Amino acid sequence: MDKFDVIIVGAGLAGLSAAYVLAKEGIEVVIIERGDYPGAKNVTGGRLYVNPVRQYLPDIWDDAPLERHVTNEMVTMMSPDNSVSMRFRSDKFDQKPYHSYTVLRATFDRWLAAQAEKAGAMLVTKNRVDDVIKEQGKVIGVVTAGEELGADVVVACDGVLSFVAEKAGMIVPGQPRNFAVGLKEVIELPRTTLEDRFGLTGDEGVAQMFMGSLTQGRFGGGFLYTNKASVSLGMVVGIRDLIERKPGVEVHLLLDEFKERPEIVPLIKGGEPVEYSAHVIPEGGLAGLTPLFGDGILVAGDAAGFSLNMGITVRGMEFAIASGVMAARAIIEARAKNDFSASTLSCYQQFLENSFVMKDFRTFQHTPHVLDNSRFYGYYPQFAGKLLEDLYTVDSGPKAKISDTIRKNLSLGESLRMGKDLLGGLKI
Amino acid sequence: MSERRSMKAKLGGNVFKPDRERHINIKPGFEKDARLKAALFVCPAGLYSLNEEDEVVLDIDGCLECGTCRIACGTEVLDWNYPNGEAGVQFRFG
Ligand SMILES: Cc1cc2nc3c(=O)[nH]c(=O)nc-3n(C[C@H](O)[C@H](O)[C@H](O)COP(=O)(O)OP(=O)(O)OC[C@H]3O[C@@H](n4cnc5c(N)ncnc54)[C@H](O)[C@@H]3O)c2cc1C
Repeated sequence: MDKFDVIIVGAGLAGLSAAYVLAKEGIEVVIIERGDYPGAKNVTGGRLYVNPVRQYLPDIWDDAPLERHVTNEMVTMMSPDNSVSMRFRSDKFDQKPYHSYTVLRATFDRWLAAQAEKAGAMLVTKNRVDDVIKEQGKVIGVVTAGEELGADVVVACDGVLSFVAEKAGMIVPGQPRNFAVGLKEVIELPRTTLEDRFGLTGDEGVAQMFMGSLTQGRFGGGFLYTNKASVSLGMVVGIRDLIERKPGVEVHLLLDEFKERPEIVPLIKGGEPVEYSAHVIPEGGLAGLTPLFGDGILVAGDAAGFSLNMGITVRGMEFAIASGVMAARAIIEARAKNDFSASTLSCYQQFLENSFVMKDFRTFQHTPHVLDNSRFYGYYPQFAGKLLEDLYTVDSGPKAKISDTIRKNLSLGESLRMGKDLLGGLKI
Repeated sequence: MSERRSMKAKLGGNVFKPDRERHINIKPGFEKDARLKAALFVCPAGLYSLNEEDEVVLDIDGCLECGTCRIACGTEVLDWNYPNGEAGVQFRFG
């Protein structure tokens, strides 16, 4: 059996970041990826916040093929027949170093892989890892294309379903309540059309989140990100709600209906749809995290459950990068002791605990529970829409006092329930 | 408003490479299992449907490999794997 220092399964952000750091240390690392190229199987919204990860992969960000830096943040609450939007633009977000960018993964992952290869990592694409080899309970390698490959440590960076962690006996297949499905279309628009349409100068970008009737009472929401010459438009919906909520609806029809809303139609008019993608997202928060280490194995990125639903945005990419780097650091430490047992590799957990990764997961541990409240996806957007509709309407008769309009829209029972949700909301 | 594009047209914009075998199969005997009905709603590519015998059937062409049916229906009713290396969807944007 061929043997390497480290085998990484999956050339996503977690795997490539780990490989980059290991290769820089002169460690012999091979990344095995089932896609034709890194990014070929990967889907994100997506927006990447650079500040949390800059220190983990220093020196590379200047040349990274990112799309637009986000200067405009928008939130839209949708009701069946109206919507309320907020747009926030900041000069600060237009100053270098920019704090967040839109990204397309096929481009970004391929570039990150090239950096890892330049540093000395070996990349094997078009190969699916089919099994994990164990000896006396310790992971000692993997099987791919019928061949056995050995390593001191295997790092499972194979994304949300992590067959590697499953085959290693660390996890069992996940439950619907801990996962959402994301659907996305990439729609090309000429640069100038896109910039004029969204009111953008140069490489400025917009990130727009949608919540409310588009998911028909289901946990989730919509997103729109502007890339250089395209928009990424999609939605995220909780899988349990898709299964349980009646009447059932085919998830792709929710996206079609969303796209046909008058809020969206003019934004994508004349655009060329070039890709339709989908991917499961781990959303179990702290409680949904998997075991992170075992004898001869570490788990990073989505494979470990490192994706956080922070209200209406999903954050997974920064956690994937940072956890990949910390897995690499744990391996460097284990090599110094020449001991790859679980107890030595457990420093990975410590590194994570001391970083923004576990801190964010602890801070937002109540988020999944608080957001699991259909009122956020139905009642509140409709309340806001109806109130504004009444406030802005001038009928033939005399106009009611503003306070009366508010009172009319908000019964005592409702204000009490709202107070309760607000208290819950204070936890997140 | 523009015409709604069919799922076929939507998927037609993607790059797919054929596999030598189906990577997801309904386990024999489970075609009418209640757990499988979830697939009718959750598949982003709408690949699951009911046949005349009221059995759930899966058309694998156009699978986005998202994993949703595996989570929604479970591995007791679905035999689920990724396609072989060099096969399946290859996203150009992602
Ligand atoms: C619709 C959507 C919107 C999102 N929006 C955002 C956002 O705006 N911001 C954000 O930060 N996060 C977002 N996320 C989450 C983010 O995309 C993920 O957290 C991130 O991609 C995880 O990276 P990863 O490297 O852990 O896994 P992945 O990117 O999934 O990479 C896993 C890799 O492993 C490979 N692989 C899997 N199994 C095998 C095998 N058996 N053999 C060989 N290779 C294998 C895959 O091909 C893939 O390349 C979004 C996700 C979705 C789906």
